[in-house]
Amino acid sequence: MDAQAQAAGLRVGMPLADARAQVPRLIIVQHDPVADHAWLDRLALGCNRYTPLVALDVPDGLILDIAGAEHLAGDEAGLVADAEMRLSRLGMSVRHAFGPTADAARALARYQTRPAPDEASAIRRLSVAALELGAEATTALVRAGLKTIGDLASRPMANIAARFGAGAAVALRRILGDAPSPLDPRIAPPPVAVERRFAEPLGSTAHATRVLAELADEAIADLLERGKGGRHFRATFFRSDGLARSIEVETGHATRDTRLVMRLFAERMDGLADPLDPGFGFDMIRLSVPRLDPLGATQLKLEGGEVRAAAMDELVDRMTTRLGRRRVKKLIAEDTHIPEQAQLALPAIDAPAPLPWQMPEPGEPPTRPFHLFDPPQPIEVIAEVPDGPPHQFRWRRATHAVRRYEGPERIAAEWWRRRDNGGLTRDYYRVEDVHGRRYWLFRHGLYDEKPDPRWYIHGVFA
Amino acid sequence: MRESSYPLAGLRQRIARIAASGGTESRPAEGWLASGHADFDAALGGGLAVGRTHEFFAADALDGTSAAAFAALLALRTPGTAPLIWLRTADAASRTGHIYAPGIAELGGDPDRLLLVETPDPKMLLACANDAIRCAGSAAVIVESWGKFPLLDLTAGRRLALGARDAGTTLLMLRLNAVPTPSVAETRWSIAAAASRELEANAPGAPAFDLELLRWRAGPAGGRWRLDWNHDDKSFGHAFGEPALSGAVLPVPARRTALSHGAAAA
Repeated sequence: MDAQAQAAGLRVGMPLADARAQVPRLIIVQHDPVADHAWLDRLALGCNRYTPLVALDVPDGLILDIAGAEHLAGDEAGLVADAEMRLSRLGMSVRHAFGPTADAARALARYQTRPAPDEASAIRRLSVAALELGAEATTALVRAGLKTIGDLASRPMANIAARFGAGAAVALRRILGDAPSPLDPRIAPPPVAVERRFAEPLGSTAHATRVLAELADEAIADLLERGKGGRHFRATFFRSDGLARSIEVETGHATRDTRLVMRLFAERMDGLADPLDPGFGFDMIRLSVPRLDPLGATQLKLEGGEVRAAAMDELVDRMTTRLGRRRVKKLIAEDTHIPEQAQLALPAIDAPAPLPWQMPEPGEPPTRPFHLFDPPQPIEVIAEVPDGPPHQFRWRRATHAVRRYEGPERIAAEWWRRRDNGGLTRDYYRVEDVHGRRYWLFRHGLYDEKPDPRWYIHGVFA
Repeated sequence: MRESSYPLAGLRQRIARIAASGGTESRPAEGWLASGHADFDAALGGGLAVGRTHEFFAADALDGTSAAAFAALLALRTPGTAPLIWLRTADAASRTGHIYAPGIAELGGDPDRLLLVETPDPKMLLACANDAIRCAGSAAVIVESWGKFPLLDLTAGRRLALGARDAGTTLLMLRLNAVPTPSVAETRWSIAAAASRELEANAPGAPAFDLELLRWRAGPAGGRWRLDWNHDDKSFGHAFGEPALSGAVLPVPARRTALSHGAAAA
C-alpha cells in the first residue's frame, strides 16, 4: 500500500471488494512474498555499506548493528540521513529507531508513537503490543491495566511468566536490555578465491599454467568443504608491469573436477586471438570462482549412464569454451504463432528446462518446414489476384513450377502487442514443385491491406 | 636408450591391439540405425551400422533439406533421449536455412534432443567433429558441410571414422552441393526429394525421399528406394509408386547428373 492509497482511505487487511468500491480505479498487485524477501535481501546487501552486521527482520525490516561503525557516516544522524536518502530513492518509505539492543531498536521502530526524552523512557512508554505476544495476550494485559512496557516492567518477572508464559518474560527482558537479544546477521559467504604471489616473476606461460593447476586444486578443496561446485572460473594473471589479463571459463553444471577445469582453461588459452604474454613475468596469479552452485558428493552409477551424461556435459562445456556461448545451442519452444519467433536458440550451457512442442496431427503432413529462412527470402511469383495460390515462382535464379499446393494458412500479426496492429497478415502456402521438392511460401499482406503485396519463401519442407 | 624404448614399446602395444581386434573393418557393428522400412533394412542387413561413418550427398543443391531431414529422422527415430549433435558452419543458416524445431516436432522427432553447434569455419567444424564423435552417448553426430570440403581428405576422414568406431558413435556426414569423392565411409547415399503422395484437393502429402546407395563397403551398391516418412509410427514406409524402383536391380548410373532429376521424375 502506498501513500496515495493511504490518503484515499484504504487500509491493510481491508476486503478487496470494499477497497474497489471506495477507489474504482484501484491498481491491484498480487502479493509475492518470495520477491519481497529477495528484495529485502538485496537491501540488506546494500546496507553492508554501513556495517558488516545486517540482519533481516522478515518481512519488512532490517536490523543493523552499528556499534563502532557509525563514525563512518559522520554520526548516527548522518548514517540515518544517508540510509533514508538512498532507500527513498528506491521508492521505500523508511521508519528507523536506535536502541541499546536489537529487540529494543526493533520495538521502537515499529511501535513508538510518542517522542520521549531518552531511549530508556521511550522503551518504557511503548505499548505492550510491542512485545508481540499475540492479540489475546495483548488484550489480557491491557484489561489487567498494564498498558505500557513500563507498567509491565514494574511487576515481578515471575508473575508475568506465570500468567503469560515464559515467552512473555523473555520478550520483556530483551526489550529492556536485561537479556541478550541475539542478532542473526546476514553475512555473505566470502568468495572462493585463491592466489599465489611470486618473489621472482614467472617468465613462462607453461609455468603459469602449472601454478594455475595447483590453484585449481586449492579452490576445489575449498568448494568441497562448502558442498558447492563452480559454474564459472576466472583466472587473472597479474604482470609485473601492472597489466592484468583475465581468462574465464564456464561449465554447464557445477563441477569440482580439476582436470575438467584445467582442460577448459587450456582450450581457452589455445583459442585466444592474442596469446597470454608474460612480458617481464607474472608476479601474481589469482583463481576465483564467481559463480557457485550446490553440488553434493557424487556417486557414479554402475551402469555408466551417469558417466555418459557427464561426458556429454563435458563436451558441451568444451565446445562452448572453444566457440563461445552463442554457437553451442539448444532450441527452446516459444509460445507464439509467428513462425520465426516460435523457437529460441539458447546457449546449451545454461538452457532452461524444455517446454513442450506442438505435436503433429495424426495422419496429416507436417505444416511447418524443416529448414526456415530468417529473414524470409523474396521471390517472384505468378499467382491469381487477389488470393489465389502460386502457380510458379522464381527463387535463386531458377524457376519452379508448382504442381501441388495447400493453403492459405493465414497468420495474422500480433495485433495485441503493438498499437499499429502489428503489421501485415501473411498467407502461407505449402507447395510442391514438379521435382517433388516442398516449399513454404507466403504473401506478405492481403490485397486490401496493401496494394501490391510481396511474396517470400520462408522455408523448405523435408 | 631409455627415452627411445618408450615409444617403441608403445608402438608394439598398439600393433598388438590392432592385430587382436582383427584390423579396423572386420569388427561387427554394435547395432543398426534402422529405417523401419522392411525391404530397405533387409537389403542393408539391418540398417545403417552404428559406430560407422555414413555419407549423405544431396543429389542437387536444392535437395539439401531432404538429405538433412533423412539423416536427422534416421537418428531421431531411435528410442530414448540420447542427444543428436548437429555440427554446421555458421553460414549454413543463410544457405540451407535455420534448423527449425517446430518442423522437426511435426515430423515426430524430439527437438529437445538436438544439440546445435555452429562453427566459424570448416577447419573448426572438423576439429569439433573429432571431439563430438569421441563422446559416447549421442544418438548420432551429423556433420553438415556445403560444397567441396578439401580439409576432409582421406586422412582426416579416416581419423573421423576410427574415432567414431572406437567410441561407438554413428557419424553422419551431410554433404550438400558436393560431388562424391573417395572416402572411408561405410555407406554413401545420394538423396533427393521425391513427389509426395497426393492428398485431398491436390495438397502435398508426407515427406518422400529418393535414395540411391552409391557405395557400400559390405555389399553391392546401386540400390534405389523411394521412401516416405510416417510421423505417426516414426518410420519410413512404402512411398507412392515405389515398387518399380525398389531393390538393387537398377544399374549404378555412371554419372551423378543422371540421377538428380531422373530419379525424381521416375
